[in-house]
Amino acid sequence: MLDQPVARSATQLPLAVAGLCFRAGGSTLINELDLILTDHGITVVMGPNGAGKSLLVRLLHGLIEPQSGSIDWNGKGCGQHTRLRQAMVFQKPVLLRRSVAANVDFVLRLKGIADRERLEQLLAQANLLAKADQPARALSGGEQQRLALARALASDPDVLFLDEPTASLDPSSTQTIETAIAEASGRGVKIVLVTHDAGQARRLANDVVFIHRGAVIEHAGADGFFKQPASMAARDYLAGKLVI
Amino acid sequence: MQDFAEAFRLAFGLVAAMDANLVEIIGLSLRVSLTAVLVAAVLGMPLGALLATVRFPGRRAVVIVVNALMGLPPVVVGLLVYMALSNAGPLGFLQFLYTPAAMIIAQSILITPIVAALTRQIIEEMNFEYAEQFASLSVPWHTRIIALISDARYALLTVLLAGFGRAIAEVGAVIIVGGNIAHLTRVMTTAIALETSKGDLALALALGIVLLVIALLVNAAVMSLRAGAERRAHA
Repeated sequence: MLDQPVARSATQLPLAVAGLCFRAGGSTLINELDLILTDHGITVVMGPNGAGKSLLVRLLHGLIEPQSGSIDWNGKGCGQHTRLRQAMVFQKPVLLRRSVAANVDFVLRLKGIADRERLEQLLAQANLLAKADQPARALSGGEQQRLALARALASDPDVLFLDEPTASLDPSSTQTIETAIAEASGRGVKIVLVTHDAGQARRLANDVVFIHRGAVIEHAGADGFFKQPASMAARDYLAGKLVI
Repeated sequence: MQDFAEAFRLAFGLVAAMDANLVEIIGLSLRVSLTAVLVAAVLGMPLGALLATVRFPGRRAVVIVVNALMGLPPVVVGLLVYMALSNAGPLGFLQFLYTPAAMIIAQSILITPIVAALTRQIIEEMNFEYAEQFASLSVPWHTRIIALISDARYALLTVLLAGFGRAIAEVGAVIIVGGNIAHLTRVMTTAIALETSKGDLALALALGIVLLVIALLVNAAVMSLRAGAERRAHA
């Protein structure tokens, strides 16, 4: 677990979510969800498949609108204005049909920064400097995800969402991504990480939000959650049992 | 059969000798059709990209109309442009009738819907793929359109190729608005029609061969460019 970082994301926190509901296709996928995030550092969102983890981070990032309930980033609500200071890495990275460098440069220019040094720094951090001129889509899965993370960090976000960024990646790429996440957190970026990987959660989390059937079952500090989960569902999940 | 072989022999002779008349007709054909493609690209690509990325009331109806206009009959376009550019028409003051400008206008009207409709289809698919990432990055709509067109550039080359193919092979509209005037508005297709009716099969065949070769060369160039891009995983 990491030390509490500098409060760089103070402009975005606290996050207050109340009575959040999202329904689709006749099913309630997020059900009266309440959540408060006040601490900086890394919040890990865990839960069984279909619990609503990915949906929750998309709602928090303002990519989709809930049917009811509220999401409030430090009194500013939730929408494009809050998204401007946030970034997201998706489970399946969507890379532009350009070179590796051009993918990062696209975001830098979007933010009004045309800085070759910053570009090279981000690529070096992702171990991709040697492949700067290669087509992004020709990279391996791990390299693509590292590039997606470098691109997200290029926007210099206060809050970074990661939706299972290391799913199906090799250990080396996973380590590179975890290091980048930890470094970003160390710079004060608030991290909200969705993961299935309990080992990864133990390595990175400051606090854990456990979701089941579209609601927060448990929100606790990482040490407490892993040593003594309060809910039966979380205990079963951590024990590797099927949680239905 | 002998006449046919003789026509071929004469045709290859004209091509090999770079006959001045032949070169002039080919030059004008390329100038008119390439300019029309340029106009269609400038108008049709942004229109297609807008239709692919922006939601507005009536968008579906506009898409249907643009798709339907891909099948515009050239003679109808020729007639409408003729009426618009004739002295009694609203654009008569331009004095464009029976000039290459009129032919460019007619061909542009014919191929702009093709470029717009095919661009919409390509950009819409790519936009669907990029949408969530662009939303996450809060990419403004104009930057989004430029990025989509830029990333789809190799696929869009094929769209321009389709437009060029329609323009260079078109005869109905250009013969109405151009008049097929020698040394002024005579292009390959209108010349082929005229020379065939006069019985000068050699020149008609020579022009036909050149038309086919141009179509083959342009296709080959675009396909190899696109294949190269796909090999580099850009497409």
